[in-house]
Amino acid sequence: MAQRALMVVPSEPAQKPLSDSPAKFEVSGLVASFGDNEVLHGIDMVIPKCRITAIIGPSGCGKSTFIRCLNRMHELTPSARVSGSVLLDGEDVYGRRVDPVLLRRRVGMVFQKPNPFPTMSIRDNVVAGLRLTGGLDRSRADEIAESALQQAALWDEVKDRLDAPGAGLSGGQQQRLCIARALAVEPDVILLDEPCSALDPISTARIEDLLTVLRERYTIVMVTHNMQQAARASDLTAFFLTGELVELGPTAKLFTRPQDKRTEDYITGRFG
Amino acid sequence: MATSLTDGRSRGATRPRAERLFRALCLAAVIIPLLILVILVGDVLVRGVGRLDWAFITSLPSRKAALAGILPALVGSLYLIALTAIIAVPIGVGAAIYLEEYGHDSRAARLIELNIANLAGVPSVIYGLLGLELFVRTLGMGRSLLAGACTLALLVLPIVILSSREALRTVPKGLREGAYALGATHWQSIRRVVLPMALPGILTGTILAVSRAIGETAPLIVVGALAYVTFLPQSPMSPFTALPIQIFNWVSRPQEAFLTNAAAGIVVLLVTLLTLNSVAVGIRNRFQRRLR
Repeated sequence: MAQRALMVVPSEPAQKPLSDSPAKFEVSGLVASFGDNEVLHGIDMVIPKCRITAIIGPSGCGKSTFIRCLNRMHELTPSARVSGSVLLDGEDVYGRRVDPVLLRRRVGMVFQKPNPFPTMSIRDNVVAGLRLTGGLDRSRADEIAESALQQAALWDEVKDRLDAPGAGLSGGQQQRLCIARALAVEPDVILLDEPCSALDPISTARIEDLLTVLRERYTIVMVTHNMQQAARASDLTAFFLTGELVELGPTAKLFTRPQDKRTEDYITGRFG
Repeated sequence: MATSLTDGRSRGATRPRAERLFRALCLAAVIIPLLILVILVGDVLVRGVGRLDWAFITSLPSRKAALAGILPALVGSLYLIALTAIIAVPIGVGAAIYLEEYGHDSRAARLIELNIANLAGVPSVIYGLLGLELFVRTLGMGRSLLAGACTLALLVLPIVILSSREALRTVPKGLREGAYALGATHWQSIRRVVLPMALPGILTGTILAVSRAIGETAPLIVVGALAYVTFLPQSPMSPFTALPIQIFNWVSRPQEAFLTNAAAGIVVLLVTLLTLNSVAVGIRNRFQRRLR
């Protein structure tokens, strides 16, 4: 079993050591539900700063709901309920006086399906976050757009057509545009909800490379269906099953020496 | 045993016949109304075009058919439509935004929506009676353009609300979430993302609704539009007439010459309607092109 698991681990581990990184998120007793349907049954988890944390697990295990609780997107669904605590740099994001709008400017999100705003040009898409919230200094728009597109490794492909509609790009480019859009707001954390599931392998590889670079400055939490992706592109992996966190550990360790039988069954493809 | 594809003399014979019959019936359902429309428009054109000249469009009405013109009715109709749109569009779009974005799941919102759908089916003369009582008498607007426009606005509001709501509903959830994830408030996401996306759809519904108002006669008669107006409306509080009223008045006269005037009036009404519609469709297409 362990042999097969080895194959998905990169030969030279790209992982950064975990010990020296302070916690970005400290989640404890997180319970989330839709109406009567409880999808997370008390999650305790620490997410380290400036690392890539991958969340894997079968469909319906609550991994998307989990990251949507980190920036309070979960509560936008009518009937959604949350309890427990999520500390961001020690501050409870569910605190009474926390404004979810301000939280989301610090905790950006990229979705499964690329969703550039169809009414906006490439440039306007990148600065959309600033413009939406009224914080855009017009004279700096070009500068901000360029720096975000550079960070998202999209600048060279679009620099000659910044006024073209964002929806006219390819799927992979659209997804990098969405990443640039999230970066332009200057968040601390980027949540990615299966960011590559609609993309071809080449676009996927570009995004994974990009994440490895972005980890220098940002804390990244990525939900993925693709175990190879988790193994390739993350420092830390969490395995979720039916609304519970089964195992959390350094990616190389989780994929080679899983501590829990259920994790081993899942990563070796015996179920899920 | 494989069955032959050419099997079934009976079915093979009857199915095409039934199918051909059905096809012919559907074709008839398209052609008959079209034909009636062509005959009607053709008849109006034959009778009216000869009477149509610049003087007809720029003259005031007269007791002598040959001198009578349609200017006050044309201007009245244009004012009426503009005022109706100014009143109905902001209220209608606002109501649609509330129902779709804020009141989304509440029982009250569903009840309101059901009632709006029913209101869209109420005969226009009923709106006329409501307008007479509410705007003309209670609110003291008198038999003015404003009272007429308010009444027509009430008439078209349900359609504006329903079609705007439909347009808002087609904006993908992912785009709203994208805006929230960037730290937009509900209002910012509506203003910058949802409304621009929904605009072409909202415009389409509004165009259809407002064109309906151009041809409305009954509510205007009830509200008290005058048939014989020898001046142009000076303000929203002026008495007024409108194209359908003028046409209705001419048609009800015994003299042949006035019937010709009516036909020419109908041509003017149709041309006005088509012009306004094509301008509106042109504006909508410009917005739509931005989306591609």
